Amino acid sequence: MAYADQDTGQHHGPDGFVWKYIFSQDHKVIAIQYGLTAIGVGLVALVLSWLMRIQIGYPGALEFIDASSYYQYVTMHGMIMVVYLLTALFLGGFGNYLIPLMCGARDMVFPFMNMLSFWFYFVSVLILMGSYFVPGGPTGAGWTLYPPQSILPGTPGSDWGILMMLASLGVFIIAFTMGGLNYVTTVLQARARGLTLMRLPLSVWGIFTATVLGLLAFPALFVSAIMLLFDRLLGTSFFMPYIVSMGQALDYGGGSPVLFQHLFWFFGHPEVYIVALPAFGLVSDVLSVHARKNIFGYRMMVWAIIAIGAISFIVWAHHMYVSGMNLALGYFFATTTLIIAIPTAIKVYNWVLTLWHGNIRLNTPMLFSIGFISTFLIGGLTGLFLGNVAVDIPLSDSYFVIAHFHMVMAIAPVMVVYAAIYHWYPKITGRMYNEALGKFHFWSTFIGTYLIYFPMHYLGFEGMPRRYYAYEGYEFISDSAAGLNEFITIAAIVVGVLQVVFLWNIFYSALKGKIADGNPWQATTLEWFTPDTPPCHGNWSDELPVVHRWAYDYSVPGAKTDFIPQIQPHTPDEPVHEEGNH
Amino acid sequence: MSQGIKTVLNKPWIAGQTEEDLFNGSTFDVPTSKVGLRVFFFVATALFLLFISSYRLRMGYEDWVPVPKLWQLWLNTGFLILSSIALQWAANVAKKGSLDTALLAFGIGGLTTLAFLGGQLWVWSELTTLGYYVEGNPANSFFYLITAVHGLHLVGGLVAWVRTAFKLRSSTDVDSATISLELCAVYWHYLLVIWAVLFYMLLST
Repeated sequence: MAYADQDTGQHHGPDGFVWKYIFSQDHKVIAIQYGLTAIGVGLVALVLSWLMRIQIGYPGALEFIDASSYYQYVTMHGMIMVVYLLTALFLGGFGNYLIPLMCGARDMVFPFMNMLSFWFYFVSVLILMGSYFVPGGPTGAGWTLYPPQSILPGTPGSDWGILMMLASLGVFIIAFTMGGLNYVTTVLQARARGLTLMRLPLSVWGIFTATVLGLLAFPALFVSAIMLLFDRLLGTSFFMPYIVSMGQALDYGGGSPVLFQHLFWFFGHPEVYIVALPAFGLVSDVLSVHARKNIFGYRMMVWAIIAIGAISFIVWAHHMYVSGMNLALGYFFATTTLIIAIPTAIKVYNWVLTLWHGNIRLNTPMLFSIGFISTFLIGGLTGLFLGNVAVDIPLSDSYFVIAHFHMVMAIAPVMVVYAAIYHWYPKITGRMYNEALGKFHFWSTFIGTYLIYFPMHYLGFEGMPRRYYAYEGYEFISDSAAGLNEFITIAAIVVGVLQVVFLWNIFYSALKGKIADGNPWQATTLEWFTPDTPPCHGNWSDELPVVHRWAYDYSVPGAKTDFIPQIQPHTPDEPVHEEGNH
Repeated sequence: MSQGIKTVLNKPWIAGQTEEDLFNGSTFDVPTSKVGLRVFFFVATALFLLFISSYRLRMGYEDWVPVPKLWQLWLNTGFLILSSIALQWAANVAKKGSLDTALLAFGIGGLTTLAFLGGQLWVWSELTTLGYYVEGNPANSFFYLITAVHGLHLVGGLVAWVRTAFKLRSSTDVDSATISLELCAVYWHYLLVIWAVLFYMLLST
């Protein structure tokens, strides 16, 4: 459905609750379905993290937590947060909602497949949750699912749990592929007249590039999941070496566990950017709108997104320095890891320079965006430590690693999730959220997450290993670690509970919040200029929007207002902007 | 200056860019479904390349015992080539308006595809008769796995084939049926190329 192919005339949505809200083909409904499912399953993962923290901070306090259940919490928490929450929310949620609106399209180009994408995702979540109800419970193999231990007796869930996990991942990947084909093709083919690639908002660039990464990286997870399933079910030895278990030689032989690691991380590292790139794009737009300034270095930002996406495919083995690797190969991957820091740093500089001399509105979306810059910077800098072989080896499998990846790919993206939800909330619901509650939510989350993760860096330096169920009786772990662990546990529970403020705010405000103007932030991009708020089925009236400028005309010298919408034509008396003006 | 370089050098912050204002919204001047299929090819290619990489890596180990090169594989390859030719023929004649001939060619394409899939099952059956079970050796495991994944892609194609056959028979929307025919033909060509690479790989080890 290219621009010229799109129907004219306002689309009337399907009648009936089921077709309008359950099996809807409207990208906005699908986005909300994705968003609510992802947040729902994310809350499960949040509770799992509490259980883990209670065991670490107060060993034995909860009698039902034993070593097996602890590893099951670890595994499910990690996989849910990375795949079923963040990937689904950024691409299925924000991607679905924003791509057609920001591109000036009526919907995704393949709406039926888009609907299927959500329902496959939903089924994948059901299968994953179903693993709690099978004999032996979910897998406790760790979110990396490394063989041979993931499919051998002794690992929790090695009978059914691992099968459910692999099946769920398979279905998720099919769901993602159907969604991803839509996102990419819609961006390529269904943009508004005048909306060239270089006039796209950075949100679209981030989501588009992340989707391309996902389409190329998820097959690696698919391949490894299928081969692991074969090993588990049919007794093949793709990944399984010769093993003697309990004095008995198993039937496996000759497989390579390291091959699994290569395949897994060929997916796993781009996955970091599948989460990060949409966050980069969304935060760029939120910063620009609320700083009332054009994004600094737009063209550089676009190429930085593309460069990061491309380089992310040649850094994967920095997750495997301790797996036994040729020194030269380690050096290669350390170098590429440092190289990817360059475009990433360019983006951080540009965000800060966007704020510089801006007319900053310090509202909730802006606060979360600045919070993102802070947490991403901290997490990024510790990544430089871990990217170097010699420094990584002593820090590997320590709490320093936990602190690093939570700061860079958990807290930082979640900050953007919150920024983006608050920012686009008026468009999605037609109402305003409560600003005071939003600010309270920000400060409690921002300070709270630092209280959780900052001490973990110290614990890591001290040598406290990750993945241990119980820490008593190890001489190399000092007594002070126990006190710090208690502190982290309390902070984690308090911060987690305070997320209720966010849930209350978004659900209560959706019903009782102040009615929102169509463009409450005085933003320039197309989604703020739909005839209705929330947008109707088909998004636009008889005429599709036509774009005349880029997405960042804020505070243009000589202009009557401090923003010029993308749909506003250029007038002869409009000041001509030189590069220096921006 | 090429379009790509122009995109790189574009300064979108400059207002009043007449050429950009006239951009019609589509990056490629082809039907959207064709663009969607090509994007899918990238995904499928990534999938098969990863299988191929794993295969090449694993075959370097000492325990690798290649599967026998059964003559049926050549026959099956012939069927797949025929199906690809038949579907292209169908697409060509449909463009010229001969829907009856297109339906005939399309039918031949479907039947030869079924023959290919049946032939692959025959190969599996022969291998198990000869004692080459899926868990017996990594070469066997890869053979069964890779041929299954390729076959499943063709089965998916057959679903589209059935939908297109209905469109052709009803003849209500000739344009849509013609595009679907072209998509089927391109998809079959793609899977033929993939099979050629896989077959070469299986033969050369």
